[in-house]
Amino acid sequence: MSDAEELRHLMATEGDAISLNTKGFNRGRYDSVSRLDDYDELKDKARAIKEDAIERLPELIDQLEETIAENGGTLYIADDEDDANEYIREVVADREAERVVKSKSMTSEEIEVNEALEADGVEVVETDLGEWVLQVADEAPSHIVAPAIHKSRDAIAELFNERFDLDEPLETAEELTQFAREQLGELIEDAQVGMTGANFVTADTGTMALVTSEGNARKTVAATDTQIAVAGVEKVVPTVEDMQPFVELIGRSGTGQDITAYLSLLTPPVGTPNVDFGDDETPLSELDADRDFHLVLIDNGRMAMREDDDLRETLYCIRCSACSNSCANFQQVGGHAFGGETYSGGIATGWEAGIEGLDTAAEFNDLCTGCSRCVDACPVKIDIPWINTVVRDRINGEKEGQFDFLVDGLTPDEEDTSPSLQKRFFGNFETVAKVGSALAPASNWLANTTVSRQAMQRVLGVDARRELPKFTRETLVEWFADRETAVRNPDRRAVLYPDLYTNHVQVERGKAAVRVLEALNIDVVVPKVASSGRAPLSQGMVSTARDHAERVSAALLPHIEDGRDVVVIEPSDLAMFHREYKRLLDQSTHESLAGNSYEVMEYVYGLLENGASVDILTPAMGERVAYHSHCQQRTLGLEGHTTAVLERCGYDVLTSDVECCGMAGSFGYKSDYYDVSVAVGNDLRDQFTDADASDRTVVASGTSCLEQLDDLLERPTRHPIQLLAGDRR
Amino acid sequence: MSASSLDTFVSALDTQDVPCERTTRSSFVETLETHIRGPTVGVPLGDLGVELSETDVTVDPTPAQLKAAHTGVTPASFAIADYGSVVIPDSSDGAELVSLFVNRHVVVVEAEDIVPEMEAAFARFGEQFRTHLDSGIIATGPSATADMGDLVFGAHGPKEVHVIILEPTDE
Ligand code: SF4
Repeated sequence: MSDAEELRHLMATEGDAISLNTKGFNRGRYDSVSRLDDYDELKDKARAIKEDAIERLPELIDQLEETIAENGGTLYIADDEDDANEYIREVVADREAERVVKSKSMTSEEIEVNEALEADGVEVVETDLGEWVLQVADEAPSHIVAPAIHKSRDAIAELFNERFDLDEPLETAEELTQFAREQLGELIEDAQVGMTGANFVTADTGTMALVTSEGNARKTVAATDTQIAVAGVEKVVPTVEDMQPFVELIGRSGTGQDITAYLSLLTPPVGTPNVDFGDDETPLSELDADRDFHLVLIDNGRMAMREDDDLRETLYCIRCSACSNSCANFQQVGGHAFGGETYSGGIATGWEAGIEGLDTAAEFNDLCTGCSRCVDACPVKIDIPWINTVVRDRINGEKEGQFDFLVDGLTPDEEDTSPSLQKRFFGNFETVAKVGSALAPASNWLANTTVSRQAMQRVLGVDARRELPKFTRETLVEWFADRETAVRNPDRRAVLYPDLYTNHVQVERGKAAVRVLEALNIDVVVPKVASSGRAPLSQGMVSTARDHAERVSAALLPHIEDGRDVVVIEPSDLAMFHREYKRLLDQSTHESLAGNSYEVMEYVYGLLENGASVDILTPAMGERVAYHSHCQQRTLGLEGHTTAVLERCGYDVLTSDVECCGMAGSFGYKSDYYDVSVAVGNDLRDQFTDADASDRTVVASGTSCLEQLDDLLERPTRHPIQLLAGDRR
Repeated sequence: MSASSLDTFVSALDTQDVPCERTTRSSFVETLETHIRGPTVGVPLGDLGVELSETDVTVDPTPAQLKAAHTGVTPASFAIADYGSVVIPDSSDGAELVSLFVNRHVVVVEAEDIVPEMEAAFARFGEQFRTHLDSGIIATGPSATADMGDLVFGAHGPKEVHVIILEPTDE
């Protein structure tokens, strides 16, 4: 199957259930964290603890080893899967166990311990209900917290009714749960070994935290006399107190619950009496608690990730799933597409690249569009898009480019590696745009002929269904150069950044920005500046992006030193200046550029706040607009400025409440992803075509959002600054 | 405990639909009886200054009695007000088992033992675990799952939780 077919298939079979559940979790997260007074402080605290723990990891592991030995248990550090499985098989064999009951643990999935034990003739039973459903169905998890999220209630009922010899068919969630509880209860009660994961382990006391709702982890430990806990080495934190911020964040971030029903803090071997449920003579207090405990901490590439400046942050991950739930693409395709051998969703790229290797990560890494919606969702503030970008860059390096000779002229990039032809095409879009404008309108006509669309689809993988941007003959920079400014005694001076699209395609929004700023008595210049590097960065072409960053800062810094503010129309470029340039430029250059750059509506808002009169802008008399902010703009906390400015001007504003428009730059152009992109966009279309919105003027901040909306809606779209400009010349 | 922690705890339980009752030691037996159903097992509540001996509860049951029970009565080591959580000790008298292998868990906590928030709870765990190598379960509401397509209570553990708060008699 091609990627596109595979994705279509998953969307058709699993998409509805995944979408319903992830969106529910995600809404739950917004609600739950909004009730916290100190959400940001908790996140900072959690992040700091993880940074420190990973930094001191070898020392903490030594301390933990001593602690566990003193407690009467054993710590085993396994180098890799085989090493871990060999140790676990020995423990199980020594106990002469016939059945191992397991509570859900991703790390045990990672090492495929079930297969290893089953080869020895040991029965392994998953006790988490979702995990058990998958065991019955013989399927892989599709989500790190809710493994069977892709299965609807009907599908589970059908599965059970088919697999088990039932008197009455099961139907409701209640009946299905009750049935599973009974089946599993028996199996748990007379198992010998209980296997669990561990969300956190403390070096000071050897206490492990298990975050659960069902109670199966507790039963697994209480009903067996031998506990094997399996976890990655990165789970160690210094002290018991360090678990507090995580405990408050993990459920909220994942399923949107303030806290899960059970948070077990176990310091094994636990003191609970050891029971045989057939015993009707001995009271509980007279039973002893003779228990064996083994903690297997698995390296499997993690210690190497610790040394890797770009992958290290992955180790801070607490596996809460917020990044998956908040991801618009994940919401459509789920973890069977957006995942590797074990982990799924945004952060899975980091995990799979670290523990399995680049090949595995390559299979799904393209599904991250870098929209950055997960960045604010992540309770430990991991820059997930950056990890995806770096891994993409490394994957590019592994592939041999076959058509380099074809595009060399069009692709003056800085890559020593060989990204695919498609990646080089999108990554060097600046050159395409320059040629496009120079040859417009012929270039637009040529690009849209059937022959060229077919060729583009074949050679470049540009989907023929997506409308191409139309280049204007006169760029914004050229238009501005021929113009006289009317501002004599300016209140401030600004440089308007002519991003790639504004300069070559959406020139009207650039003109509108100049007019509005000048009306507000700002002296504006629009110099020629390189494109931000967003395009190559999206393709994982990091050195090319760095080259752009250097050229952009070289062009803009003199203006900043000269006292000008940098005003940016395209939010994805502003996000480059604020976020990604931190990784691409030296600290002081980044700080000076980021510290002086503003999104255009944010800038207007600032001017109004500082005394500029709103009467200068075009008044609206209650005109109704539907506004879609841009993903990266929202991550930067800049959505509200546009709404506030529009409202002050008298607009009646409805804002979109979807995570993403589904376009994210080049993503929606690619044949492989076109259908996913449109599926994501449908939520936005639905909201903007419903009764309250269908008569509203549509405005959006980002280029790709505008293009997606143009494809989805029958109404024209505009940038909000164009509303403010009115018919000002 | 401050009065506000008690109130916060009660209202947090209320939002979880967990029945909760405040009582004094002298009225405890009477209060408890309204909350138990079916065969009931329990662990001694001596540390809380109340006795189960005058009730129908089978104290210190055998494993078979536990398996047959519908209700389980245990003490909580303490409670966390803002989450409406109770902390179940992992003690040698089997509180963990009695709180988990039943359909209805009745948990008894002293009003004095309600801490305001998670930070205070973890300060307490830290001290306690470092000296006694203990364990504790922070339990919030009944066992739950959404894995079967809808939220269902009583996945592996109790379907219902009832909380009884013991207040000082001389109030
Ligand atoms: S990366 Fe962050 S959001 Fe994603 S699972 Fe890990 S901790 Fe949660």
